[in-house]
Amino acid sequence: MATAPPGQLRLGWWTRAAVHAGLATAGLSRRLGLGAGSIIGGRVTLALDPHALRHLAAGRRVVLVSGTNGKTTTSHLVAAAVRTAGRVAHNAGGSNMADGAVAALAEARDTEYAVIEVDELHLAAVAEAVDPAVVVLLNLTRDQLDRATEVGAIAAAVGQALARHPSTVVVANADDPMVVSAAALASRPVWVAAGASWLGDASSCPRCGQTLTFTEPGWQCVCGLARPTPDWWIEDSKVCTADAVLPLDIRLPGQVNRSNAAMALAAACAVGISADQAASALREVDVVAGRYAVVHRGGQDLRMLLAKNPAGWAGMLSMLSEPRPLLVIINAREADGRDTSWLWDVAFEQFGSRQVVASGERAADLGVRLSYAGLDHRTVADPLAALETLPPGQIDVVANYTAFHQFRRRLGREREVAG
Amino acid sequence: MSGESTVEIGLLLPDVLGTYSDAGNATILAQRLRWRGIAAEIRTITARDVPPTGCAVYLLGGGEDTAQLFAADWLRRHDQLRRTLETCAVTLAVCAGLQILGQSMTDSKGQHYPGLALLDITTAPGRQRAVGEVVATCAVPGVGSLTGFENHRGVTTLGPGTVPLGRVLTGTGNGTGTGTKYRGEGVLTDRIIGTYLHGPVLARNPALADHILHQATGQTLSPLDLPDQAALRNTYL
Repeated sequence: MATAPPGQLRLGWWTRAAVHAGLATAGLSRRLGLGAGSIIGGRVTLALDPHALRHLAAGRRVVLVSGTNGKTTTSHLVAAAVRTAGRVAHNAGGSNMADGAVAALAEARDTEYAVIEVDELHLAAVAEAVDPAVVVLLNLTRDQLDRATEVGAIAAAVGQALARHPSTVVVANADDPMVVSAAALASRPVWVAAGASWLGDASSCPRCGQTLTFTEPGWQCVCGLARPTPDWWIEDSKVCTADAVLPLDIRLPGQVNRSNAAMALAAACAVGISADQAASALREVDVVAGRYAVVHRGGQDLRMLLAKNPAGWAGMLSMLSEPRPLLVIINAREADGRDTSWLWDVAFEQFGSRQVVASGERAADLGVRLSYAGLDHRTVADPLAALETLPPGQIDVVANYTAFHQFRRRLGREREVAG
Repeated sequence: MSGESTVEIGLLLPDVLGTYSDAGNATILAQRLRWRGIAAEIRTITARDVPPTGCAVYLLGGGEDTAQLFAADWLRRHDQLRRTLETCAVTLAVCAGLQILGQSMTDSKGQHYPGLALLDITTAPGRQRAVGEVVATCAVPGVGSLTGFENHRGVTTLGPGTVPLGRVLTGTGNGTGTGTKYRGEGVLTDRIIGTYLHGPVLARNPALADHILHQATGQTLSPLDLPDQAALRNTYL
């Protein structure tokens, strides 16, 4: 089944019908202004044909991008690189469960490649269906403990899934002990020294629970789990392998995105893209699903950033190096995790003396946290009202998941009214 | 070393029991002392350190199963510290940290492990995880309603004569006493405050923080007016 030439594969009539029903639903959802429609469309297709994902993926070279942080950005980077070799189906909007994957594959039926961002909790099921050529495993840290399971259990489940795909190349972060414990069972690992911006969940061994020993650049445990020798590593602004040195002059900010780019390069090479070609494609990526975009509003230039857990924030703090005013928007809806405890594992103390406004549906949680961090700040729950308290010029806006999308929609509506 | 007047707050094993952001409680206790002009210092005590025994307050947080057993073993090996927790210091123990201080813990496979036996409680896994907001009436006079977030599978049974920290209004808490009028949350003794409310439990319940500080220092603490504090409690109560 998987040997048919790309783009030539025929779907069975029932899957075809299910795909048409899903696409029609998605189109309707878009016309009604309910959203991008990919989730509802994918759900309709899957409800009609539970094997739709397997059928839609058959014959394509699929790259799955998973991990706690950086999935959306890295999948955009991989897609940009792979696009230099052929057409790519990609869940660019970040719908990262099976329904989002189905929608992306249904909307671009005849592509040779697919680059799919997958939630780490759904990686096993999606990998089972699409038989990926490559799985990229960025990092595994805590995120939404209230609805997910503890991170050690996630790593174990991912590990078992990878072991079931012996021909899959697993591009894995050698600096993340959780990832290494998960990828240890992979037959074809490619280790990337991508760094780990936050090891708050990884100081004890994921395999045996004892304390890990960190000795730059490695780490190890007495039980034998240790940092593998990397096949790819970052030196200054270059990515290196045993026989190549590539420039890493990407437009996306921060060390964490240089790490994402290194992972993306390794993944692109694993599907046969030439390294030089991939590296120049990465340079073109500047905005990722609204993130890193600059939105002009009145006299203010809002740089839009997303961080949703302690590890994401640890990477974010290096991007906030300039003394710009900062608007932080925090919600605690289902997609964010209902529990705001994680705010206490973010080193807000490092904000320094910039102007800070705490905002969002959990502005009070954030405000109390900032007070204990010794930061002068204002608390204004409504983000647009919060902007009014900040001066004109450049402003960094950091929001968690639903807060980010709500804020973007409100800015968009404002523009429509103004236009 | 700090001067004699500095109150030391010992954050025990944040590298092992740091899964649920409980380290924030140390920041809260230290800041609430500093804002009142009392010098305070957080001593971070990792599994590699020989634990100091002179702290006025010790904090134990929550963690995953393997981490919890490692922490219990580590505490057993440091008998001086155990004696300090038993006789002189005040301890806030959260979730896995609370279970460790009991007589025994049972894992999901039915295996029993001994605790530090500082509290007359035993913990066994429940049928399903208790995840969500908790509101309880606190047994400490003046604290009022406790608010917090729980996420655990442990069901904790208190021995006769052991008092819970609060009476559950919504949520699960210790998970015992279901069907009765009185469902307990946590444990309260002179020296140990145990709770299933993880993360910044003291941020949401500043009166409980001040109770701990009063027990530990013997000082009467002036009220603090923190911006957003009332709004934070209103979010959840």
